[in-house]
Amino acid sequence: MEVVVASSIGVLTGCGVYLVLRLRAFPVILGLAMLSYAVNVFLFASGRLAVNMPPVLSKYGEAAYTDPLPQALVLTAIVISFGMTAVLVMVALAAYLEAGNDRVNIDSPANGAADEKAGS
Amino acid sequence: MFIEHGFLMVIAALPFVGALIPGLMIRAGRTACASFTALPTVFALVLLAMLAPEVMQGNVIRYEVEWLPQLGLSAAFFLDGLGLLFAGMILGVGLLITLYARFYLSAEDPMGQFYTYLLLFQGAMLGIVISDNVLLLLIFWELTSLSSFLLIGYWKHLPEGRQGARMALAVTGAGGLAMIGGMLILGQIVGSYNLTDILTEGEAIRASEWYLPALILILLGAFTKSAQFPFHFWLPHAMAAPTPVSAYLHSATMVKAGVFLMARMWPVLAGTDAWFYLVATTGLITMVLGALIALFKDDLKALLAFSTVSHLGLLTMLLGFGTKLAAVVAVFHIINHLTFKAALFMTAGIVDHETHTRDIKRLGGLRHLMPVTFLIGTVAALSMAGIPLFNGFLSKEMMLEEAAHTSWGNSPHAVAVLATLGALLSVAYSFRFIGHVFLGPVRDDYPAKPHDPPFGMWAAPALLAACVVIIGIVPAAVVGPLVAVAGGAVIGGGEMPYYSLKIWHGVTPALYMSGIAVVGGLVLLALHRPLDRVWNVLPRPEAKTIFDALIERVAALSRGITETLHNGAISRYLAIFFVTTLIVGYAAWAGGGLTMATRSVLPVPPAVAIGWVLLVAAILSVTFTHRRRFLSLVLLGVVGLMLSAGFVYLSAPDLALTQISVETVTIMLLLLALHFLPKETPAESGAALRMRDGAIAAVSGLAVAALAYTFMLRDVDTISDYHLANSYEGGGGTNVVNVILVDFRGYDTYGEIIVLGIAGLVIFALMETLLNGPVARRLRETDYSHDRSRDRHPLMMVVATRVMMPIAFMVGIYIFLRGHNEPGGGFVAGLVISIALLMQYMASGFAWTQARQRFEYHAMIGFGVVIAGLTGAGAMLGGLPFLTSGFDYFHIPPIEEFELATAMAFDLGVFLVVFGAVMLMLYSLSRIARFAGETVNREPMDYDPTDKVENRKEM
Repeated sequence: MEVVVASSIGVLTGCGVYLVLRLRAFPVILGLAMLSYAVNVFLFASGRLAVNMPPVLSKYGEAAYTDPLPQALVLTAIVISFGMTAVLVMVALAAYLEAGNDRVNIDSPANGAADEKAGS
Repeated sequence: MFIEHGFLMVIAALPFVGALIPGLMIRAGRTACASFTALPTVFALVLLAMLAPEVMQGNVIRYEVEWLPQLGLSAAFFLDGLGLLFAGMILGVGLLITLYARFYLSAEDPMGQFYTYLLLFQGAMLGIVISDNVLLLLIFWELTSLSSFLLIGYWKHLPEGRQGARMALAVTGAGGLAMIGGMLILGQIVGSYNLTDILTEGEAIRASEWYLPALILILLGAFTKSAQFPFHFWLPHAMAAPTPVSAYLHSATMVKAGVFLMARMWPVLAGTDAWFYLVATTGLITMVLGALIALFKDDLKALLAFSTVSHLGLLTMLLGFGTKLAAVVAVFHIINHLTFKAALFMTAGIVDHETHTRDIKRLGGLRHLMPVTFLIGTVAALSMAGIPLFNGFLSKEMMLEEAAHTSWGNSPHAVAVLATLGALLSVAYSFRFIGHVFLGPVRDDYPAKPHDPPFGMWAAPALLAACVVIIGIVPAAVVGPLVAVAGGAVIGGGEMPYYSLKIWHGVTPALYMSGIAVVGGLVLLALHRPLDRVWNVLPRPEAKTIFDALIERVAALSRGITETLHNGAISRYLAIFFVTTLIVGYAAWAGGGLTMATRSVLPVPPAVAIGWVLLVAAILSVTFTHRRRFLSLVLLGVVGLMLSAGFVYLSAPDLALTQISVETVTIMLLLLALHFLPKETPAESGAALRMRDGAIAAVSGLAVAALAYTFMLRDVDTISDYHLANSYEGGGGTNVVNVILVDFRGYDTYGEIIVLGIAGLVIFALMETLLNGPVARRLRETDYSHDRSRDRHPLMMVVATRVMMPIAFMVGIYIFLRGHNEPGGGFVAGLVISIALLMQYMASGFAWTQARQRFEYHAMIGFGVVIAGLTGAGAMLGGLPFLTSGFDYFHIPPIEEFELATAMAFDLGVFLVVFGAVMLMLYSLSRIARFAGETVNREPMDYDPTDKVENRKEM
C-alpha cells in the first residue's frame, strides 16, 4: 500500500513540476493544482497509513484509530489551496484580458532596468 | 550602586512622543511650533536634572523592561557619568538648536517637518547613550543614521543635500552593520547583551580569540560614525544640510556617537596593542589630515567640518592611548569641543544668513558690521586654536602632555611631533576663520548687506561662548565634578588618575609644544596665499569621485546579478527554485542517518491496484494533453475523484468529503474561467526546454516518492494520542478531526477562514478594477457567441436541479449538524450548499438565480469571521483563554438527547465564510460573462415548455 501512495505522490509531483514550468498560465495553474494534491497527500501520509481506522471515537468499547492531526491540517489545506487556485485563475484571467495573451514570462526583461537608468 | 528609576524610560520616550508635536503645532504658527517643540526637550532635561544628583554621587541608575528575554533583548536603560554627560549635551544643545533654527529657517522651509526630524534624531541619540542593552543600542544607532539622513537631506531641492544625505547613510549605515556583528560577538563571549554585564567582563573579552574580529567590527562602526580616516569624506558632504543640523549633528551629537562608543567600550576593549595601534594611529592621522584640509577650505562650513574631523581624530587618539589619564582628558575635550564648535557652526550660519555667502574669499571686515557675531565667533575660534583663558587651551595642553609621553613603535617622539603639527594647523585655520572673515578692510561687494541678526539667533551661540570663557577661566569649579564622574565611568571604576584642571601647569613639554603651535600657526597663516596656490595645483584624490565610482560599480554588479536571476521569466525562477530545493533536500538526506524500517507494509487489494492505475493514468493524461485545455481539465477532475476515493479507503472520511466537494467547485471555476481563455496551448517550448523540464520533474517526483515511502515505513512520536484521549471529554465530540479543527487548533482554523475570506474579497476587488478599466470595452467587442450552446438552459437540467436543491440543502445542514461527532462539519457543509446553489446558476443562468436570493456574499464572509471571533471571545468573558469551547447535553422530549457546544457556533462561522467566499468567487467570474454580452434571462429556461406546440410554431 505504501508503494501505491508514495508512487502516486511522486507522479503527482513530477507532473505538477513539469506543468508549472510551462510557458502559459493555464498549464501552470493545472500544475499548481496538481502540486497541491501532491502536498496534501504527502502531509496526510505523514500520519502513516491505516485502513478501517477512521478517527471517529467508537461508542462501543476499545478501537484503534489513525492519526487525526494530519487529517485536520490537510482538511484546511485543501480548502486553502482551492482559495489559492481561485485567486490564481482570476489573476491569470485578468492578465490575459489585459495583455491579450496568457504568457507567464515577461517578453523583454531588459526594459525595466533600462527605463530606471534613464530616469535617475 | 544600582538604583531603579522609571524616569529613564520616560526620558528615552519623550523625544519620540514629542516628534508628533511639531506636525500638529505648525498650524499655530512658527513661533508656537518652536516653543512646543522645546517642551519635550525641556521636560526630559528636568527629569535628567532630577536624576543627576544620584549619578554625581557615583551611583548608576537602571531601568529594565523585559521584551524578548529568549533573545536576550530587553528594553534596558542605564545612566552613569558618561551617559549623563552625553544626555545633558544632547538635550541641552538640542534646546539651543531649536531656538536657533526658529530664526534660521526661512518662511519657505517646512518647519514642522524639520522639528519632527530633529526630535526623532534627538531621541535616537539619547537612546544610544542611555541604552543598557547592546541590541537596543544598535537599534538606536541605526535610527540615528536614518534620522540624520532625513535631516541632511532636509533641503530636498538641492542635489548636494540629497547626495550628501545618501553618502552619510551609506557610510554610517554600513559601519552600523559591521558593528552589529561586533556587538553580537561580545554578547556571545559574555553570555549577556547587557552593557553593565559586558563592562565587567573586560579581561575575558580581551583574552578571547574573538577579541580582534569584535574589535575591528566595532571600530568600523565607530570610525564611520565619527568620520575617522579613511571614512572622513562623508562629513564635509553632509554640510549641505541647514546649519542648525550641522551644528547639532556634526559638532555635538551624531559624530560624537562613535567617540561615545569607544569611550563606553574603553574598559572592555582598550589596553591592548591592537587597540593602541588601530585607534591611536587612526586618530592621529585623522587629526593631522583633517586640520591640513581645513586650512585650505574656502567654504566656512567646510572649514569647520574638517576641523571637526580633526578634533574627532584628537579624541579618538586620546582614547586610543589607552591610559586612564588620556581617557579623562578625552572626556574633558568632548565638553570643550562641544561648546566652541557648536558656537562656531552657529556663527557660520549667521554669517551665511546675513551676507548670503559662506565663501571666505568673498568675506572680510565684518567686525564693524556684525560686532556681536564677531565677538562670539572670535571667542569660540580662539578656544579652537587653544589660546589661554579659553577652554580649548586646557584640554589641548593636557592632550599635548599625554602625546609627549607616548611612543609609537620604536620612535618616542613621533606622536608628539605629529600632535604638535596638528595643533599648529589648528591654530592656523582658527585664526584664518577670525582674520579672513571678520578682520581686514570692509568690502562693498557682499552679496547682501550684513548686519547683526536678531537676539533670538545669536542668543544660543552667545551662551555657548560664555561657557567657553567660564570653563576656560575656572574649569575645576564649573565642570570638574562632571569630568570626574564621566571620566570615572569611562575608565570603568577603580582609582582615578591624578590630574588637575587649571590654566598654569608650570613649564612643561606641553607648554613648549603649545608655543610652537601658536607661532607656527601664525606664520603658516601669513603664508596662506602662496601655500593656497600650491595646494590647489597639487593632485588630490577626490573622495566623492571614488565613492561614486564604487557605488556605481556595486550597483552595476547587483544589477547584473538581479537581471540574470530575476529576468522576468517566472519559469526560470521556478526552475531555479526546484533545482535548489532538490540540492538542499539531497544534502539533508545525505547528511542524516537512515534508521531501519519499523512498520510493515500494508497489503494492496485488487480494487486499490485498479484505482492506482486509473489515478496514474489520469495524471499522466493531464500532463500529455495539457495543450487541449478542456480535455485536461476533465481529466484533472478524475484525479481529484480518485484521490477522494483514496482518502475513503485510508480512514479519512472527512478528507474524502472535503476533497470531492472542493474538486467540484474547482472544476466549475476553471471551466468558467476557461470560457474566456484560449482553448489551446500553443507549442512554444523547444525539445531542449522540454527535456530540461522533464528531467527536473522526473527527479523531483522520484525524490518526493522516495521520501514519502521512507517515512511511511517508520514510526514517529506523535501528539495525536492527546487529541484522541481528550476529544470527547475536553471537546465534547467524537469526530476527532472536527474537534481538532474547531477546538484544539481553533486558532489555526480561525486564521484560515480569514485567509479564505480575503481570497474571495481579493477576487472581487480584482474583477471590480478590471471591469472598470479598458478590459470592459475589449470584452464587449469580442464575440463569444460561436461557442455558446443554442440551448443554454436545458429543460432536463433545470427541472433536475430544482428537485435536487432542497435535498442538497438538507444534506448540507445534516453534514453541518453531525460534524462534531461524525464526518462532516462547517467546511464540507459550506461547500455542499455552495454546490447546491451553483447547480441553479448553471441550469438557469446567474442573473436569474441571483435575482431570487437575498444573501450578500461579502456580508456573509464578514459575519462568518465575526461569529467565529465572538465565539472565541465569549470564552474570554468566562475567564478562559480565547477559543476555549464549552458544551453540554440537553434533552427535550420527544427529541433524543442532543449536545450543544460553543464549537458549533464557531463551525457556523466557518460555514458562512466558506460559503460566502466560494460564492463571491463565482459571482465575480459571472460578472465578466455579463460584460462579454451574456444575455440576462428573465425566465428559468430559454423557452416556456408549457406553451402549446402550435403557439411555438407561430413564433
